[in-house]
Amino acid sequence: MGYEPYFTIEHEMLRKAVRSFIEKEITPYVELWEQSGEFPKEIIKRMGDLGFLGLRYPKEVGGQGWDYFAGIVFAEEMARCGCGGVPMAVAVQTDMATPPIMQFGNEDQKERFLKPAIKGEKLAAIGITEPNHGSDVASIQTRAYRDGNEWVINGSKMFITNGPRADFITLVVRTSDQTGHKGLSLILVEMDRPGISISRKLNKVGMRSSDTAEIVFDHVRVPYENLLGEEGNGFKQIMWELQGERLISAAAAIGIAEYAYEFAYRYAKERKQFGKPIAHFQVISHLLAEMKTEIEVCREMTYAVAYRFSRGEVPSKEISMVKLACAQMAHWVADRALQICGGNGYMMEFPIQRIWRDTRLYRIGAGTDEIMKEIIAKQMGLQDD
Amino acid sequence: MAHWMFQEHHEMFRKSVKKFVEKEITPYVEEWEENEEVPKKLFERLGELGYLGIKYPKEYGGLGLDFIMESVFIEELAKCGSGGVGAAIGAHIGIATPPIWRWGTHEQKKKYLTPAIQGKMIAALAITEPNAGSDVSSIETRAERHGDCYVLNGSKTFITNGVNADYVVIAAKTGDGPRHHNVSLFIVETRWDGFSVGKKLDKLGWRSSDTGELYFENVKVPKENLLGNENEGFRYIMQNFQWERLVMALSSVALAEKALEDSIRYSKERVQFGKPICQFQVLRHKMVDMAIDIEKARHITYRAIYLYNQGKGVTTEATMAKAYAGEMVSRVCDQAVQIHGGNGYMLEFPVQRYWRDARIQSIGGGTTQIMREILVKRLEIMQEGSPEA
Repeated sequence: MGYEPYFTIEHEMLRKAVRSFIEKEITPYVELWEQSGEFPKEIIKRMGDLGFLGLRYPKEVGGQGWDYFAGIVFAEEMARCGCGGVPMAVAVQTDMATPPIMQFGNEDQKERFLKPAIKGEKLAAIGITEPNHGSDVASIQTRAYRDGNEWVINGSKMFITNGPRADFITLVVRTSDQTGHKGLSLILVEMDRPGISISRKLNKVGMRSSDTAEIVFDHVRVPYENLLGEEGNGFKQIMWELQGERLISAAAAIGIAEYAYEFAYRYAKERKQFGKPIAHFQVISHLLAEMKTEIEVCREMTYAVAYRFSRGEVPSKEISMVKLACAQMAHWVADRALQICGGNGYMMEFPIQRIWRDTRLYRIGAGTDEIMKEIIAKQMGLQDD
Repeated sequence: MAHWMFQEHHEMFRKSVKKFVEKEITPYVEEWEENEEVPKKLFERLGELGYLGIKYPKEYGGLGLDFIMESVFIEELAKCGSGGVGAAIGAHIGIATPPIWRWGTHEQKKKYLTPAIQGKMIAALAITEPNAGSDVSSIETRAERHGDCYVLNGSKTFITNGVNADYVVIAAKTGDGPRHHNVSLFIVETRWDGFSVGKKLDKLGWRSSDTGELYFENVKVPKENLLGNENEGFRYIMQNFQWERLVMALSSVALAEKALEDSIRYSKERVQFGKPICQFQVLRHKMVDMAIDIEKARHITYRAIYLYNQGKGVTTEATMAKAYAGEMVSRVCDQAVQIHGGNGYMLEFPVQRYWRDARIQSIGGGTTQIMREILVKRLEIMQEGSPEA
């Protein structure tokens, strides 16, 4: 059975394959990786070998040549692994750091950065946020000066997923003295270049199996040809990148909400109080029905928007809407799942507390709820520029 | 938001319905709300235009199109801003005539479906009774077979179009067999002896739609007016609910859209503290929340309609759509009143009507709580030994 017009039988086969890989090679290690604050880099290589990191990339760059919905399948299934951290790290690799290379990069850049990332030989990061600039991208201060055939980069980047161990970073920098959204560019920076240091590995409420860094760039010299696309186009490029980032985070939110729902569903059937499974109490049963409804409602909306995206449209208002709706939904479902699990839900040995902590980030990362609303409001004509 | 389900011909149809609604319905809504009914002429006019038979076969005077096309009509009709108008027409095309189309004989269709499609007869569906709402199997109205007739006794309530209908499709007990196998449907003409309308019910909203209490005292119903098979009515009713719920979900989405449009317009025009109130962040974020809530409901509804149109079972999807959209529309309309401030509380602003009309959407067609009971069964939440979600 396909799922028109989004998924074919092939997608469902892919879903099965990804699910069984995750059940065997990720879920059993989630606790361990959460404890150690990172996952082993080998798992990225393993996913690369299986082709999972390039599902929707064309074969010329080492991808599988599937469509966008293959990426959705992968993101949803990854998010069902039992934590948010690993899927987020992988999504940075597949849907945030590398799409700009595919979209704006030249052959040489694809060879040096995209192909090894798809193979899982290189871990990628994306550097937008700075200590003083989050969603206000136009205020970015990290500066790259031209010096002969090189860029010299100074500045710092904050909250960088995969940052501590990344092999390269897709970096947003200011390449001219122009202020605002003019004068920004994207540069690919190998992380082993002199002058790059990890000033801090950040300690987070959730997403603990994914490592996060503050990175400092001190006179870092990068070849001129590492500039991605046209100089001065960085703002436009990163706004484009954010669309895919938000859409894939919506898909992940759906996957993780499904995990939370299914956990609570099983628990409610097994847990007996007052002589019957708690699922037999009407309020619990209705709550589960409401949780599932929320998931399905968000799913349909996400797929419909992803469908437009997959056909070349970039409906940024609708993408912001699904990002916001799915993030809120996932955290709400996780919260209700925790409630159904009662005291057990509050214990660290139950995964549901982790899902609750991890889903909190969905409402902050890739643009907060409030930033999404500002973007949407502008497009609804409710706000002057 | 452009959705893949609608093709170019749907959008062209949408344009003509929109134009018609703006010209021939919206200007008269206030008057019809006052009169507490829509004029019979409206049915005739809609019949002329083919709008009452969009999904019905050409053989019976319909347009021979599909449910997706009818969805376009239902959405645009609801945009007139009066839930009552949508309810009157919706009851006619969405719940009262479909059973005749699905289970009626050729003769029944000629006699009742065709004139309904033409707008010459108004139809109603009567299931609910004073003591039996969503608990359909507990209805008390009975039809006893006597020779060539059934003799009908009992009463019905909350019947949309009940006062003005020419015929009513009525559910009655016809046997003492097991639950769910003792109900039948009949087409009953309102002019027949023993049929009476108790009172026109006075409602919080949906005021332009007439709602009646019906009484049957030894009404002789010819056996030719039995719809489908005897004692299979329960199944028919359950099947009929699917489209009813989708119609309710669709009209909830459209009404909420209307409320949001009004709010956006008002908030751009209304100036306080030196600027249009949409420039206040909390108000514009409120409108974004409304817009997202609408889109959420819209997409699950379209999904269910798409599948329903293909003839697939959509109990889960339609129930989710009805539950979500029915609650959503009240949230959105309440916030629309809030954005309008004091003006929103005045009867001269239509937003208060949207708000009153919205309130029925989580009650009619089965309450949200009943929807959840259905979902609990569909999702096997209380079923033991099925750990798969």
